[in-house]
Amino acid sequence: MSRNRRDFLNACAGTLALGAGACLAPGVWAQTPGRAASSNYRRLLILVELKGANDGLNTFIPYADEAYHALRPTIGIKRDQVLQLSERFGLHPSLEPLMPLWSQGELAAVTGVGYPNPNLSHFRSIEIWDTASNSSDYLADGWLARAFAAVAPPRSFVADGIAVGGGDLGPLANGRRALSIQSTDAFLRQARLADANDANGRAKNEALQHILRLESEVQSAALNLDPKVTLASAFPNHAFGQQAKTAMQVIAASPGVAAVRISLGSFDTHQGQAGTQQALLRQLGEGIDAIKRACVELGRWGDTAIVTYCEFGRRARENQSAGTDHGTANTHFVIGGAVKGGLYGEHPSLTDLTGDGNLRFATDYRSIYHTILSQWWGFSAAQSAAVLGGRYATLPLFG
Amino acid sequence: MLHRRAPLSFPATVGWLLVCLIALALAATIASAQTPAPAQKVQASPMPAVGMGFEEARHLLSRTSFGARPEDIETFARLSRVDAVDRLLAETRTRAQYPAPPWAAIYERPFRPGMTPEQRKEANRRELVERGLELRTWWVAEMLSTPTPLTEKMTLFWHNHFVSSQQKVRTAQLMYAQNALLRQYALGNFGALLRAVSKDPAMLIYLDGAQNRKGAPNENFAREVMELFTLGEGHYTEADIKEVARAFTGWSIDPDRGEFRFRRALHDDGEKVIFGQRGRFNGDDVITLLLRQPATAEFVVGKLWREFISAQPDPAGVRQLAAVWRSSNYEIKPLLRAMLLSDAFWSPTNRASLVKSPVELVIGSLRQFGFSVEDPAPFAIALRQLGQDLFAPPNVKGWPGGESWLNTSTLLARKGFLNRLFRADEMQSAMSAGNSAPTGNADTTAQPATTVIDRAMLGDGRARRQAQLALRGGTGKLPPFGVSNQLRGQYFFSADQWFAQLPRDMDDARIASALFAGPPLQVSPPLPHTLAGLRSAALDPMYELK
Repeated sequence: MSRNRRDFLNACAGTLALGAGACLAPGVWAQTPGRAASSNYRRLLILVELKGANDGLNTFIPYADEAYHALRPTIGIKRDQVLQLSERFGLHPSLEPLMPLWSQGELAAVTGVGYPNPNLSHFRSIEIWDTASNSSDYLADGWLARAFAAVAPPRSFVADGIAVGGGDLGPLANGRRALSIQSTDAFLRQARLADANDANGRAKNEALQHILRLESEVQSAALNLDPKVTLASAFPNHAFGQQAKTAMQVIAASPGVAAVRISLGSFDTHQGQAGTQQALLRQLGEGIDAIKRACVELGRWGDTAIVTYCEFGRRARENQSAGTDHGTANTHFVIGGAVKGGLYGEHPSLTDLTGDGNLRFATDYRSIYHTILSQWWGFSAAQSAAVLGGRYATLPLFG
Repeated sequence: MLHRRAPLSFPATVGWLLVCLIALALAATIASAQTPAPAQKVQASPMPAVGMGFEEARHLLSRTSFGARPEDIETFARLSRVDAVDRLLAETRTRAQYPAPPWAAIYERPFRPGMTPEQRKEANRRELVERGLELRTWWVAEMLSTPTPLTEKMTLFWHNHFVSSQQKVRTAQLMYAQNALLRQYALGNFGALLRAVSKDPAMLIYLDGAQNRKGAPNENFAREVMELFTLGEGHYTEADIKEVARAFTGWSIDPDRGEFRFRRALHDDGEKVIFGQRGRFNGDDVITLLLRQPATAEFVVGKLWREFISAQPDPAGVRQLAAVWRSSNYEIKPLLRAMLLSDAFWSPTNRASLVKSPVELVIGSLRQFGFSVEDPAPFAIALRQLGQDLFAPPNVKGWPGGESWLNTSTLLARKGFLNRLFRADEMQSAMSAGNSAPTGNADTTAQPATTVIDRAMLGDGRARRQAQLALRGGTGKLPPFGVSNQLRGQYFFSADQWFAQLPRDMDDARIASALFAGPPLQVSPPLPHTLAGLRSAALDPMYELK
């Protein structure tokens, strides 16, 4: 490495430590984010993707509805096994760890969530959810990436958003300060190998620019993670528990981050649904419980919101393989110390199905996004509408 | 006679010398490639009389093989583009040459009704952990040793197109059989491949075809065969999916033999309407209909374009190649030949524009530098850590590839891997621990292969168990790999030997040109002829590109 580049690197490291982005690859800060005095990125969003599409009817169960048991003679959850939330609805027995949250009024279930003209392809539909697009529109950037471009989180944060698990960036895709982390230890140990610089400006090709941008992000983040901070809280040993652990370690060791995405799956239960869903929902419940305990340890439970999402719900009627095919409307959870627990939205009728045998949605998924932007982070109605490409109803989820 | 000849031969000699000098000057410009603009102009004009030259040969081999060795590049540099492409295509094979794990030859039903939970758990462990590791290790061994890397590249391409994952299929032997099927047709006929895959037992399990019955269709395969295997999204309706699912009812497997079985009683032979056509279609009829749709050729050609040419397919170019393909009845070799000889493939703007996949990075590095690998198992685990767990793509759409191979997490994992691979500083302890060190050369790396695994990234229990198996040197059922050293479970590399065996006329600019698809950003030639020099080269961002 030439002397010039080494000097440049050192200069970069210095300015990055001060929170300035002057040395980053050209174009990184070309888009000047708007300022919003009201934004509150002290509040943390933890998104949980239920990969492969979780079956909502067996998660948030309309157990009192005879039609439910008629549609699900084999895989339906028996009345006496349901964890009752109300006279009509209850949770899958594997979600036992969520029951204390429910009784403390910290768990909200938003039901009948979907969008018009639903697409039943996994890949297209999760793209719709990740980019907050209409069924017929194709957008490139994740909805959180657009939100952070419109109202920028503080520069002192380790990143705007972090995807844990090393997979796709989902709602953070194409974000300027989006980080993907698999384990904090490995990240910090390897970060010293990322040696971003392009003093001669030779990086004209897009793939190379992509690499240089990642290396800049890594350097910046590594400077902002304190390797000495550890959590006392324990996490379950399964894959989702370990993702939750990594997420909470980053949150504990960094000066801040606005959003973290974790995931578990695959919920694509075309056959033999019972065992698969049971195991995954158990992981989900245990993981969320562990996140709460870690948040309490950090004094952050009051400003943390955990939100589940996935590409679609599953078909109302079970198939012949004791499973369920791709469907439409679904139920999702919003959980946190500042969440007003309860039931939101309107549960779809199980007798008035669409021609395809699917549930009719009543709440647009972008209502949840809008509520996060406006009620959680303090975006103005206009700012939220610009990010989401339209105005959506506010859900009174936060107290 | 002598007197008469001399005046004639003198100008001829001068002329020949001039040609040589010009060629040398051009070659030097190409090889150094420090100033892209003039170099690109030179690259654009082929020189068939003297072969395509080093830069073009490097480009061709970086896209069609795993990290070409400098001597291979020199060999191909002497060929014209047409001769080089024809040679690559002529050398492909339909069978793997590395011996398969012993259990791969015969199907034995691993999961039987009536098994106790303990028996089931043990069968699961054997299939997914032990045999799963052997299966991955076997394919890595094949990729490392094959004389025709293009065959493995195309097998991997189809693995990522006709996706099945052992996570769901579970039976290792069926995954092996599917891999053999993909290789058999890898450069054969796409239509035949599609028909064979539709009846492949692993696929019938993975996309629930085996569960698809008359009166209770399972739509999983019907949807994906159109969305991901042939037409692409937007070329069919939800109603088509339901009808196609009916047509495939009864395509099942014999659980005792692990073979395709048509169950007539479960087949819905009623009338269906598919793409507006009415008939009593069965699964084979549907495949015929799918192959008749122009969208099929364009969809698959677009995917091959992103694999071989550039991240952004040119729509007109795709249509043109798709027409070529359909006119050759979906034969894969003529299509690849047309792609590899297209202007777009050779365009300077498309060089160094693709991100190496983890397989290309790992297998390419090991092949390019001629590492001796006794046990490839840890490299199979390293591939998982880099985001390409063979036989277990993330979902039915496969690995998205391209720039998405790289995020902050996988980029760091790659750098960590390359750093460990070329690590000399820990060599002393590794050598003193082992009893049979190779030469006492300071610029040698000889380590347990498991040191390439990042222990901090071994998350779930299955990964940990696989790593433990790898630590023990695999399950001991695969034939030993590598012949040039006796270091059990180790890998070995000598930078001195590597530099010493390079062709004599290879100067530093040409060595850099062999290692990088474009000008490196962080290392500046001359590269130190040491292990540390190679390590710094491998950590350069340009090393990630092909």
